[in-house]
Amino acid sequence: MVENRPLTTFVTHLVLILGVLAIAFPVWITFVASTHNELRMNQSPLPLWPGEYFLTNMQQTLFGSGLSGTEQAPVWLMLLNSLAMALLISSGKIVISLLSAFAIVYFKFPFRMGFFWMIFITLMLPVEVRILPTFEVVANLGMLNSYWGLSIPLIASATATFMFRQVFLTVPDELLESARIDGAGPLRFFFDILLPLSRTNIAALFVILFIFGWNQYLWPLLITTDTSMTTIVMSIKQMLEAAEQSPQWNIIMTTALLAMIPPVFVVIAMQKLFVQGLTETDK
Amino acid sequence: MADIQLKDLVKSYGPTEVLHHIEGDIQDGEFIVIVGPSGCGKSTLLRMVAGLESVTSGEIAIGGTRVNELEPSQRDIAMVFQNYALYPHMTVRQNMAYGLKIRKLPKADIDRRVEEAAEILEIKQYLDRKPRQLSGGQRQRVAMGRAIVRDPQVFLFDEPLSNLDAKLRVQMRLEIRKLQQRLGVTSIYVTHDQVEAMTLGDRLMVLNGGYVEQFGTPIELYDRPASMFVAGFIGSPAMNFLPVTLDAGTASLPSGHQVSVASGHSGTATLGMRPEHLTADPDGPIAINVDMLEQLGANTLIHGRLDGTEHAITASVPGHAHDGIGNTRRFSIAPDLTHLFDTDTGKRLDS
Repeated sequence: MVENRPLTTFVTHLVLILGVLAIAFPVWITFVASTHNELRMNQSPLPLWPGEYFLTNMQQTLFGSGLSGTEQAPVWLMLLNSLAMALLISSGKIVISLLSAFAIVYFKFPFRMGFFWMIFITLMLPVEVRILPTFEVVANLGMLNSYWGLSIPLIASATATFMFRQVFLTVPDELLESARIDGAGPLRFFFDILLPLSRTNIAALFVILFIFGWNQYLWPLLITTDTSMTTIVMSIKQMLEAAEQSPQWNIIMTTALLAMIPPVFVVIAMQKLFVQGLTETDK
Repeated sequence: MADIQLKDLVKSYGPTEVLHHIEGDIQDGEFIVIVGPSGCGKSTLLRMVAGLESVTSGEIAIGGTRVNELEPSQRDIAMVFQNYALYPHMTVRQNMAYGLKIRKLPKADIDRRVEEAAEILEIKQYLDRKPRQLSGGQRQRVAMGRAIVRDPQVFLFDEPLSNLDAKLRVQMRLEIRKLQQRLGVTSIYVTHDQVEAMTLGDRLMVLNGGYVEQFGTPIELYDRPASMFVAGFIGSPAMNFLPVTLDAGTASLPSGHQVSVASGHSGTATLGMRPEHLTADPDGPIAINVDMLEQLGANTLIHGRLDGTEHAITASVPGHAHDGIGNTRRFSIAPDLTHLFDTDTGKRLDS
């Protein structure tokens, strides 16, 4: 039951507004910092209202050399690298987990449950734990400083496999039987029935995985030495320490602002499917 | 269209045998109802014919061809599921066309068949809707439409009406029967509802615990049940059973009274009498202490115990009865309406 009293309405709104402020304030500061010049950003107190250098900063960050006095790649290239990595990771994870979940749920083969548990146990081994052997493998395969090196080691995914397994288990057996009577083979069933039915779950997972991929920090830091392969998230941190000069906050914050845009865009674009995918249980 | 033969059919799950040596010949165009309590193996039998369950031993032949090893799609059958199993993301039209599309029929041909089936089932106005936008009865029609467009040799129905409300169930029952007669397709229909079974089937196969108790026309099953199980399962309210001692055409009831029966057997047996065959008779041998009355309007059910014993007995009398509870009423029964069963095996004792 929802009560409707002026006082409770006031209190709930107050709490919510405080929450929004707490989250929005750093974002606002980031935005404000991206609109001032370098000099102003190193003076105290920090500005709270936008200045007039937004377009200049944006231009220098995106297409110029970024930080003055360094030799890093332009930020548009980093954005592109990040985008490629995030898309490769999320689509790769989705394809692999869809296929492995399909195999585990719908096919009888020896050691089926053994394979399931093997996949499941890898949940306990995130990249950080297996980072040295993984680096060794990637280096030996000559995949350092490449999109493949950035994405492939992160693709195998127990979480997504597990999730699709649960999704497939909710699909009634009669649909499979009906498809068999209709003459659909396993692959037809997969593409014609299972995929459309998992559409919202795929979308939800894509959002989560895209952000996961986009936010990767440690792994790209390790395997990219070539500046043309750096991703935006790792470069923000590097900018802070660049060239032993005082940090150029205006440029760093503009980069941070740019780094936030693609995930926000993905979430907004897929919001409806995302919510459906996480809440819908009925097939 | 085709006939179906079940020869010595056995189904086991591991060491557990669930269907025991099923035999049955189904004629071309016949409507067969497999009926039995839940867990008797009736759905398993149907699914074996469909090819969704493997055959442990024995043979299924459709139209004279052994189909044991064939995939469901190669058996030329269509199946209607209890929960309809419509593809939720496809429109009604796509649902009906899916099987034909896989069989790579020409587009024009598919369209024509779907339109025809939709016409027959009166679902033309729903063709472009999704299943979730339809009511239970409409989904049921779509599921049948999907079966019809395939133009199969055999229709298989797995309790297709049990998700519908009572009124719709009666209506759809008639429609399925009419449709089957019109198309003349051999059909097997599984249900646990004996009224559905009696009204739909040309012949009924009564299954109990994986055994065929009896395979015959509804009237045969009603008039000459082969076992106590069939006798108790077919007919509503259920048949009364009393332990009796037989001697030269008379049966002595536990109450000590004598009932004439059409049988020359002697010794102990079980006497079966349908409630609707007991006729009120002030001098009748069957005395019932009335416990409860159920007024059904057209007739009244009298529930009670055989006088002087604890044997429950039910009689159905026409019209309204207002006899007080606790009174004793007397009934008689015509000898040829009595049934006698072997108490140990439950099998019918023939005269």
